[in-house]
Amino acid sequence: MSLLPSDFADLEVFADWILPTEDERYAKRLGSTMAEMQSFYDTAFPRLEAIMAHAETVPIGDAAVVSDEDRNLAYLAFSLVTASFPVEAWKQPHVPDSGAAAFPLVSEPGF
Amino acid sequence: MAHFTKPAEGSWTELYPHLGTAPVSYQDSIDPEWFEDEREAVFKRSWLNLGRVEQLPRKGSYFTRELDAARTSLIIVRGADDEIRAFHNICRHRGNKLAWTDYPNEEDKGTCRQFACKYHGWRYDLEGELTFVQQEGEFFDLDKSDYGLVPVHLDVWEGFIFVNLADEPEQPLREFLGDLATGLDGYPFGEMTYCYEYVADVGANWKLFIDAFAEFYHAPILHMRQSVAEEASKLAGVGFEALHYEIYEPTAHSVVSSWGGMSPPADPSMVKPIENVLRSGLFGPWDKPEGIDLSTLPAGLNPAEHRAWGTDSFQVYPNMVILIWEPGWYLTYHYWPTAMNRHRFEARLYFAEPKNLAERISQELAAVTFKEFALQDGNTLEATQTMLESGVVREFPLCDQELLVRHLHHTVREQVNDYRAERDVAVAVGR
Ligand code: FES
Ligand SMILES: [Fe+2]
Repeated sequence: MSLLPSDFADLEVFADWILPTEDERYAKRLGSTMAEMQSFYDTAFPRLEAIMAHAETVPIGDAAVVSDEDRNLAYLAFSLVTASFPVEAWKQPHVPDSGAAAFPLVSEPGF
Repeated sequence: MAHFTKPAEGSWTELYPHLGTAPVSYQDSIDPEWFEDEREAVFKRSWLNLGRVEQLPRKGSYFTRELDAARTSLIIVRGADDEIRAFHNICRHRGNKLAWTDYPNEEDKGTCRQFACKYHGWRYDLEGELTFVQQEGEFFDLDKSDYGLVPVHLDVWEGFIFVNLADEPEQPLREFLGDLATGLDGYPFGEMTYCYEYVADVGANWKLFIDAFAEFYHAPILHMRQSVAEEASKLAGVGFEALHYEIYEPTAHSVVSSWGGMSPPADPSMVKPIENVLRSGLFGPWDKPEGIDLSTLPAGLNPAEHRAWGTDSFQVYPNMVILIWEPGWYLTYHYWPTAMNRHRFEARLYFAEPKNLAERISQELAAVTFKEFALQDGNTLEATQTMLESGVVREFPLCDQELLVRHLHHTVREQVNDYRAERDVAVAVGR
């Protein structure tokens, strides 16, 4: 059983970033070192264009059934989005000066 | 140097002479007695938005809202006749809270055929009528039709559900919303129902967060590091100027219209790498949603008719914002006070339903970017609240780009003072 669509088998080493909720993704980000996020980003970001090309062929909505592999690929892409902020902007895991502030996504639209 | 035209009066603020240009007192954000009077003067008298009709898809769909600001809990329900109604969430027998699950202070939602009280089993139908009394024969001359749920005034505008807790609202919803509603009628809110909902508990007076989102003077500074370095220093150098401000008199609602969006940006190096790949960012996905007609916008949008228009932030007094983005989506903010120096902040991002997974991933970047900004905005407020409470400084100068901040505090001050004057008269005549 593979976790991701076969074209993206190389990203399975980052299976721990396949997280279905924003809560888990944000916690993973805060719990990671910059080195860990940088290595995730350095490998996954160059693949993002291919991920998007594939994702464009996956319909979602009322009638659509999304496979587990495609769903996982989306969760991995969501994690990359989350990790891109420390890597591209902050140079640290948390938002500067955000202290203990929490702002959870309490209702996430499904697909 | 001004980059955008200001009104002939010289400034936006001077268009509204009653607001003055003097420094503004923030006593209204640190005085517990003042806050108690805001509950009465503002929250029990204004139309308040509690959500959208899509939250009640079927007959029997309901949700409850804990309104600390007005010290009550409400049930909003779609009846068997498809009407949406609001009731105080209290049983007419001995006052138990009617709709809740597990934790009485937590909000509840779902679908039901009727409401049954957990205490002695009285039952109410979806229209609020009392239908069943346990051991009815034990009561004395009890006429069930006298013991329906206590109704609350409710009306709907463009799918937004508003309630008013006054016995008799001073005006109907439509009149309350005034030109703000007229200017937005027909915007396809109902076609943008794919919703990301955030909630935060913020240790600051409710007005302080409205202040933070009613001006963008802070944006180039507080959010500087969200932009790539070169763009950030350019933005900080230029500062922020709105395209247009307007207060929809005689109502207390207003709008600030801003440029921006860069969808897609003229120069890809202006935005972060991930934005280029996902074609998305703070202003949302760069590609407008397919199947929604945005070719002609309602007259209230882009009031300056500027080609660089990016977003309009509509302040729906007292505690709601509707922010519409040029690329074709919108968000709402709600600020629900829970104490003088605390409030619950809710943000909901509404997009068109994505057609494929790629569109969903683009939206994710917009949503995550929004959260990064909001975390910066929110934390500053707690720092502001504690220093305001020190009382060291009581009055603060506001610039022309902070017109809506000045206006909010002015309006609340007027309403509370009017309420206090009425109360004093009532006391004097011994009512
Ligand atoms: S309090 Fe509701 S049935 Fe008694
Ligand atoms: Fe901000």
